[in-house]
Amino acid sequence: MEIEVLEGVFDANEIIARENRALLDELGAFMLNLMASPGAGKTSFIMKTLEGVAGDLQVAVIEGDIAGKVDSERIAATGVPAIQINTGGSCHLEAKQVNTALNRLDLEGAQLVIVENVGNLVCPAEFKLGEDLKVMILSVAEGHDKPIKYPLMFSESDVLIVNKIDLIPHTDFDMEVLEGTVRKMNPSVEIFKISCRTGEGLGAWTEWLKERVKASG
Amino acid sequence: MHEMSVTESMLGVVLRHAQRNRAGKVTAINMVLGEFSTVMPESVQFYFDIISKDTIAEGADLNFRRTKLIAKCETCGDEFEVVEYDFTCPGCKGEKSEIISGREFQVESIEIS
Repeated sequence: MEIEVLEGVFDANEIIARENRALLDELGAFMLNLMASPGAGKTSFIMKTLEGVAGDLQVAVIEGDIAGKVDSERIAATGVPAIQINTGGSCHLEAKQVNTALNRLDLEGAQLVIVENVGNLVCPAEFKLGEDLKVMILSVAEGHDKPIKYPLMFSESDVLIVNKIDLIPHTDFDMEVLEGTVRKMNPSVEIFKISCRTGEGLGAWTEWLKERVKASG
Repeated sequence: MHEMSVTESMLGVVLRHAQRNRAGKVTAINMVLGEFSTVMPESVQFYFDIISKDTIAEGADLNFRRTKLIAKCETCGDEFEVVEYDFTCPGCKGEKSEIISGREFQVESIEIS
């Protein structure tokens, strides 16, 4: 006997993502889901973003990693509330884990919650967390051909951060090719070119972010 | 390797519907999987064989119906197949479009006995 099911495998995750959304709306907080490969500079980017919005926005950070507390300790040392989620082998964050973290974090007064997803260009793109904005980082050393290899993440992201632009003279990285490929997949994507090491381009990003957060509040 | 947790979710959906219909055994699981999804059928099969052991879905056939990546142009309303991830409308060259299929992973039906 055949039974009709018609249920999406990601439906359960999306229901919790909507709960997260409702919780954030109640708090008046904006959530950013930050995705990138391992080593693209996610944690450094968060540290620089925190510096850039200090005094304007109250921020909390959720760090997702397979193991270890290195990242959340680095953030917490700056005085910003941070919580670590260890996925224990899983390669992405799911809405449920973020829900637990949101309930544990002190979010009193928080206007911006930054979620650092597990380093991976594949699966994090499949799992909604309840975020306002999907931001991905591509670092120059990874190459300009990455959008062709990982199309889902590049097409799903609202913002593409190209990090480590100070390395461009030492590589064959072609910014025009990258932009052309990404814009075909995702015409409305915002692109920021930055270097966490030299600080170049970070001001434009943090100003844009502040505007977005304020406009949503 | 996200197929592990994805397969767990899929099995959860299957078992819930099977139990609701008082199934003794699930013999087949028919799924729709978009070509733009990052889920690989081979990996789903691999994890399914492990995690379905000792459940009523053990040994069920996994059937995947693949759907193409189709977008709808927001400018002219035409639906078109996206080739090489170029989301530009081939008709009016509009740049804004919405994916209408090719992203999904759905359990369409199950066969039970």
